[in-house]
Amino acid sequence: MNTVLSRANSLFAFSLSVMAALTFGCFITTAFKDRSVPVRLHVSRIMLKNVEDFTGPRERSDLGFITFDITADLENIFDWNVKQLFLYLSAEYSTKNNALNQVVLWDKIVLRGDNPKLLLKDMKTKYFFFDDGNGLKGNRNVTLTLSWNVVPNAGILPLVTGSGHVSVPFPDKYEITKSY
Amino acid sequence: MLSLDFLDDVRRMNKRQLYYQVLNFGMIVSSALMIWKGLMVITGSESPIVVVLSGSMEPAFHRGDLLFLTNRVEDPIRVGEIVVFRIEGREIPIVHRVLKIHEKQNGHIKFLTKGDNNAVDDRGLYKQGQHWLEKKDVVGRARGLFISDIIRRTDQSRTGIVSYRYKEVWNTALIY
Repeated sequence: MNTVLSRANSLFAFSLSVMAALTFGCFITTAFKDRSVPVRLHVSRIMLKNVEDFTGPRERSDLGFITFDITADLENIFDWNVKQLFLYLSAEYSTKNNALNQVVLWDKIVLRGDNPKLLLKDMKTKYFFFDDGNGLKGNRNVTLTLSWNVVPNAGILPLVTGSGHVSVPFPDKYEITKSY
Repeated sequence: MLSLDFLDDVRRMNKRQLYYQVLNFGMIVSSALMIWKGLMVITGSESPIVVVLSGSMEPAFHRGDLLFLTNRVEDPIRVGEIVVFRIEGREIPIVHRVLKIHEKQNGHIKFLTKGDNNAVDDRGLYKQGQHWLEKKDVVGRARGLFISDIIRRTDQSRTGIVSYRYKEVWNTALIY
C-alpha cells in the first residue's frame, strides 16, 4: 500500500463491496413483507354506450363510463426500500366472447414523500373502458379492485391487491344522449 | 511502470506455474459463464438481467437501471404486470405495463400495453394494423429491480453538471 494508485484501488474495491452488501441488506429486509392494506371503493354512477372503438380496432363495442370514490391509507406500505407505488384501478369481468377481461380504468403514481392517504371522490376514469365486443350490456358482475405495484430501490417488484373490492352491474340499455 | 513489473513476474514463473495460472483464469471465466447460463435456465429467459434504455417507465425505471426478468410461460398475463415484449420486425424489446387483457376460454389471450411515462398506449408502436399483443410476443416479465445510479437517487433536488458526472462514473463502475 505504498502508491496512491494501489490505495485508491483498495478503497474503491472496498466501497463497491460495502454498497453491494447494503443493497442486498435493503433487499432481504423487505422481501417478505405483506404490502396489502384495506381499501374502500364506491361507485356512484355507471353509464353505457355503444360506439365505434376509436382507440383500436374500429368495431362497434360497448363503452362504459364509471364515476368512483377511493379511500385508502397507504402509509404502512412505505419503508426504506419503497421508491414509489404505482396504483391502478382495474375492472374484471367475463363475457360471452372472452372468459376473462381485465381493463385498467385509472392509475396514479405515489412517490415516497407524497401524501399517502387517498381520499378521492367523484373520479372519472382515465382510460376508455372499451370492451372487446358487446359484453358490458346487462353484465351483472363487473368487479373493481385497486391494486398497486411496489417499486423498490433494490429488490422484487410485487403486485399487491388491496383488500376491498366492489362489484357493480352494468345497465341493460345504451345511453344515446351525448351526456357524461 | 506497472506493465514492466507484471512482465517480470511472468518471466520468473516456470512452465508449470504458467499453466496453473492459465487454468485458474479459465476456471474463473467458466464459472462466470456457468452462473449466467444457470440463471438463464432458472428464469427461462434469454437474458435474465437487462438494462433499461429509455425513460418511458419513469419514475419507476430510469435509464441505466438493471431489471431482473423471468419468462415462465405458465405465468398468466394480468393487468398491472410489467412485461418485456418484442414487436415483429424490431430487434429491441420494450418493457411496459399491461393495460388491458381479453382472454378466451381456451387460454388464447390478447393484451395492450402502455409505458407509465407515455401519455398514450402502445398501439402507435405496434406493427401497422396490429392492435393487440399475444403471448408469443412476450420475452419476459420484470420481477426485480436494481438501481444503478445511487448518487442521483439520494440527491434528486440538485441538478447540474457535477451530479451528472458522478452519475456517469457510478453507472459504468456498477455495470462492470
